[in-house]
Amino acid sequence: MLSNRFAKVMIDIFQFYNKMQKSNIVMSFTGTMNEDLLGSILNIIEEKLDKNEASSVIKKRVYNVMIECLQNLFHHSDQLTQTDRSLEDHSTNAIFMISRQADRYKIVTGNFIVSSYMDNLKSKIEHINSLDSEGLKTHYLNTLNNGQLSDKGGGGLGLIDMARRSGNKLDYDFYSLDDNTSFFTLGISISLN
Amino acid sequence: MENLVIEGSPKTPSVTFDASSGRLEIRGRSIPENSIEFYKPLIDWVESYRASAKPKTEMNVQLEYFNTSSSKCILDFFKKLENIHSSGKTNISVNWYYEQDDEDMLEAGEDYQAIIGIPFKMIELKEDE
Repeated sequence: MLSNRFAKVMIDIFQFYNKMQKSNIVMSFTGTMNEDLLGSILNIIEEKLDKNEASSVIKKRVYNVMIECLQNLFHHSDQLTQTDRSLEDHSTNAIFMISRQADRYKIVTGNFIVSSYMDNLKSKIEHINSLDSEGLKTHYLNTLNNGQLSDKGGGGLGLIDMARRSGNKLDYDFYSLDDNTSFFTLGISISLN
Repeated sequence: MENLVIEGSPKTPSVTFDASSGRLEIRGRSIPENSIEFYKPLIDWVESYRASAKPKTEMNVQLEYFNTSSSKCILDFFKKLENIHSSGKTNISVNWYYEQDDEDMLEAGEDYQAIIGIPFKMIELKEDE
């Protein structure tokens, strides 16, 4: 019986591998983000981009958006562990995935949030998505000039910056898990031309 | 006064602030998780430079990448320079370097130019420079 079960696992992993290949995943990660990991992941992404991406403009754009995404995940989990212990242990876990499709890079992140943050986050993103590139510039400058920095240096600029650099709307969704917890997903597309 | 020299790292830029020549330079990438910590000594140095500032001060910024948390600190840094500039202690000019075709970095420089009352010069670096 054991060998059968093992064989099943192997098939699952092979299918998983195929699925990732088909989706052109450049890299994916699940777990809790910390500073060392963040640095390592950025190194790997940068190496892959250097090797596979001809356009230095696209390369920089993707790398910049990656930095914002990963640091968001990091600050978020760091904040969660420090301030909110009502969530389960797994709540500092996050997922991120970067894939290269025919016409775009797609970066997707997911993390747990306290459900009460949801409305605020949603209205921030909706506002960003309602703006054109001139509007985004103004919104960025206003937030840069008037916004307050958190003690870690986050100032609410990350999402605006991602939208501005990518030139596309931010995709997002919330999955309500229980009264207190939701899973937040964010998707950013960077067009290749 | 003492010069400020900080070596670059994978996440932080190199800094060379030379009080005797009035030449200040920030160069590299600025993507630390905690940028306030990194920029505080720079802002403090500029504050003490005020008293012994040269008639002319040249600020050279040549960044490859910076994250949004740095962008806020860079603004605070520029505001400190602006403050000294408008007090008449020294004439400050900023040279903002960007790599060829890096429109995003050019635009980032123009963002600061729009907010800060110091003359900015945008300088494109040709490839292999």
